[in-house]
Amino acid sequence: MADLRELLRGTLAGERRALARLLTAIENDAPGVRDILPDLLAAGRGAHLVGITGPPGSGKSTLVSALTAEWRRRGRRVGVVAVDPSSPFTGGSIMGDRIRMMDHAADPDVFVRSMAARGELGGLAGATWLAAAALDAAGYDPVVIETVGAGQSEIEIARLAETTVVVEVPEMGDEVQAIKAGLLEVADLIVVNKGDRPGAELAARQLRAMLSSAGGRITRQPPSILVTTAVSGEGVAALADAIDEHKVAARSPEQARQRARNQLRRAVAELGVRGATDHPDWEAQVEAIAERRLDPVTAAERLLGHRS
Amino acid sequence: MTDDARTSPIRVLIAKPGLDGHDRGAKVLARGLRDEGFEVIYTGLRQSPEMIADAAEQEDVDVIGMSILSGAHMTLLPRVVELCRGRGMDDVLIAAGGIIPDADVARLKAAGIAEVFGPGTSIGQIAGYFREHARRRA
Repeated sequence: MADLRELLRGTLAGERRALARLLTAIENDAPGVRDILPDLLAAGRGAHLVGITGPPGSGKSTLVSALTAEWRRRGRRVGVVAVDPSSPFTGGSIMGDRIRMMDHAADPDVFVRSMAARGELGGLAGATWLAAAALDAAGYDPVVIETVGAGQSEIEIARLAETTVVVEVPEMGDEVQAIKAGLLEVADLIVVNKGDRPGAELAARQLRAMLSSAGGRITRQPPSILVTTAVSGEGVAALADAIDEHKVAARSPEQARQRARNQLRRAVAELGVRGATDHPDWEAQVEAIAERRLDPVTAAERLLGHRS
Repeated sequence: MTDDARTSPIRVLIAKPGLDGHDRGAKVLARGLRDEGFEVIYTGLRQSPEMIADAAEQEDVDVIGMSILSGAHMTLLPRVVELCRGRGMDDVLIAAGGIIPDADVARLKAAGIAEVFGPGTSIGQIAGYFREHARRRA
């Protein structure tokens, strides 16, 4: 596709409109996108991929905005992909992450793109990986991926991001919440945001006490725990430092391979889903499960050709 | 994923230019368009034309919808059109809503505002108009 080649050329030349349109093509998996991927990836500049996740209303967008201001002071060009949920009924979406980021709206060295999750689970959109690659090729570093408001087990972001920041608030719950499996486990850094509220330091202390000693089969470093107040900028410089420091560990060959393994596993699963839903027997299997004549795993095996 | 979800939804930027602080209407419209299957990006209050054009460019939207109640529409809305066209966003549909006197509507249309939706317009009418007039993507 000559048109997509032109968009890629413009993207690499720093044209924002070309980048925006390339992101749309990627998001829509437009015809010809696959053909330009080798060139897109070859143009990658090795941006630090930073994931920001946490429950709805914990201040992710405000924190991303505050971090962006800090990175701009340090002369970095910042790319942001902000994911919001899609309606399971209409496919529609309201994306409001920009509201908190309008301070940077007219800054030519900040690029913010909202993406609807479009039915993908885990708090990310399917095209997020490639969108981050496009921002990297366009010269933004870091590239920040803000997930949808995540609960306890939306851990997809840790497969993609090199550094995963989990944002919590002081009222997150008691110590047992801190040691449950899931989201907090995949954090490289945990931020207790809204640090001006009562209980913020206590929550941070509890998290430190419960998470500082990893053992058993866990080999990864326990996460650092920081307190920020995103609206005032308090603690944000220290967070930016911590994110930078983590990049070295994140780029160890073992960690890079582990992320790649998880990404491939996820992609294989996605393709399996698509292959199965396109299968002529899909509806028949659905019917069989609905009538409880068949269990879902056996039905899946039949659709994927593992069993006749 | 269903086939419906695989076709790409129309992307709409809903913006509040200028200084009035009333965005209930904008939010109701954003919600209504969501329920019509649009992907809506809401920028929040008190946006300058430059901020709106920048957001529209980065988000690569098909439609810009501006809600304005302050009376500054003749200054702000044509400026958004000018900025967007100046950046090559020729195919982006730009529409407005809010409190805009009939006498100004023709002048806004002459300045490139595709349509003006006054009080009492239904969400369905607006969604229908956007579907009919938004650019089609390959």
